[in-house]
Amino acid sequence: MSYTPVTYDNTPLFERRPLTFNPALTRNRFNAFCTALAAVFSTVAVLPLFLVIFYVLIQGGRLLSLKLFAELPPPPGLDGGGIGNAIVGTIVVTLVAALISIPIGVGGGIFLSEYSRNGWFAQAVRFANDVLSGVPSIISGVFVYGMIVATRVIAGQSYSAMAGGIALSVLMLPTVVKTTDEGLKLVPQELRWGAYGVGASKVVTILRITLPAAFTPIATGVVLAIARAAGETAPLIFTALFSPFWPEGIFSPIATMSVLIFNFAIMPYEAQNELAWAASFVLVIMILGANLLARWISKLARP
Amino acid sequence: MDRGFQLLSMALAAFVAILLLAIVLTVFQGAREAMATFGTRFITTSSWDPVSNQYGAFVAIYGTLVTSLLSLLIAVPLGVGTAIFITEDLIPASMRNAIGLMVELLAAIPSVVLGLWAIFVMEPAIRPALQLLHRLLGWSPLFASEPQGPGMAPAILILVVMILPIITAISRDALNQVPLELRQGAYGIGTTRWGALFNIILPAAISSITGGVMLALGRAMGETMAVTMIIGNSLNFDISLLAPGNTIASMLANQFGEADGIQVSALMYAALILMLLTLVVNVAAQWIVRRLSLKY
Repeated sequence: MSYTPVTYDNTPLFERRPLTFNPALTRNRFNAFCTALAAVFSTVAVLPLFLVIFYVLIQGGRLLSLKLFAELPPPPGLDGGGIGNAIVGTIVVTLVAALISIPIGVGGGIFLSEYSRNGWFAQAVRFANDVLSGVPSIISGVFVYGMIVATRVIAGQSYSAMAGGIALSVLMLPTVVKTTDEGLKLVPQELRWGAYGVGASKVVTILRITLPAAFTPIATGVVLAIARAAGETAPLIFTALFSPFWPEGIFSPIATMSVLIFNFAIMPYEAQNELAWAASFVLVIMILGANLLARWISKLARP
Repeated sequence: MDRGFQLLSMALAAFVAILLLAIVLTVFQGAREAMATFGTRFITTSSWDPVSNQYGAFVAIYGTLVTSLLSLLIAVPLGVGTAIFITEDLIPASMRNAIGLMVELLAAIPSVVLGLWAIFVMEPAIRPALQLLHRLLGWSPLFASEPQGPGMAPAILILVVMILPIITAISRDALNQVPLELRQGAYGIGTTRWGALFNIILPAAISSITGGVMLALGRAMGETMAVTMIIGNSLNFDISLLAPGNTIASMLANQFGEADGIQVSALMYAALILMLLTLVVNVAAQWIVRRLSLKY
């Protein structure tokens, strides 16, 4: 048995490089450059939020007083006044939208998750729901105009708070359906089996066990949907219209903060522009508050 | 009771599908008169004249496509860059979460408030920059007109602000879903962080990111308020980005309340076109996400 000794030649397999980090290498320069670029991009991305909030707080906060909440907007050209009617109007219209979309959306979500999880019908509804959530908000206004305002089907009225609420509910519905569906899917199957095991019927299981177990994600989604609807303008311009007076019931045109901002921002009067900023202040505080509330709700679930 | 509840919930689920059909049918029904009168000429002509009842939506369709595509061009690198910055462990977790939260809150700001801000703060602030652009590149038709207040360029910028959050959020989810093994493998053979990103992680996440970008495109095309307030709502065609323009959505917002007769129908026709555009983009987005998300 012959033993052949391993022979070494002087050509190394690898080029020997130092193992220390050398920032002058092209790859490391490129790396640092890309990281810096990503940092700049992130800064640019969050900058608008700070600027918008800063200006809304500064410009809108100046006008903050009790009068703002208690008075009507002034006629064009005059000073003073408040946005009391628009604040009430936003609450009314959003409430109408929530009362319509929450029962329908939660009910539809229950069907998708509990009765027909993977059937063709459920898949079709999910697809329709996804498409519906992508429908531009102005289209929902056009739809409600064509369906309700132009035909005067509701109490013989054309423009009304009701029509505005319906237009907003079209926008809220997909979110409510989706969060209910996804929320119920997260409930462990054992809970349902346990309920069936002690003799509960399917309805009782859903209403007493499954739905309460999924309360947190559903509530989060609903709060976010309401917050989004409260800020929507496009569906309201030609459904709820606007009114310079206090709300006269849900079958009359009604003022909302979002439409007020739109109308007053493009007016050539200083007083109106200032009220638009003040309304933005109130609206942004409400909406950011609702968003933080939704985050808080969803954190409650995860101990 | 059991059966009744099932049927009730089924009816409510069916309502969603019926609602979508009702929206399409209502808009289609409203548009029929204008479709019969103007036909496809509506898409290619640019006269919008309520006096002689001649309507063509070319300006608005052009504006919708140009503003949404150009805003996408700016927002995609910004959004994906931000998503990388907050997923790739470049900075401490608390900072990452803070940036993520801020981007999400930006999405919550109502578009009408952004429009107000755009009119009174952003547009006056960027006007010198646009004027410089005009002076330097005024020879090209795209920047041929003197910027004076509202126009396509500020509208594009405000659209960037509006679609950034959705691109960032979806890209962030996509990057988070890339399996750890892929990263470890890439780092294991000695690549740098950005080598791994460009060659391994981004290609693995590209399908979801593309889906998110398509969703953002749909959002940008349908976005109404902020654009309406800053685009100038011009009815005349001008290829310059610094000139006032129009989009379908802003035309609807401006004219629908005061229109009557065949103008309503023409607006419905424009709404139908907008709806079809967003429908195609959204369905394509769903398809991309659904088909390619099964990979891992």
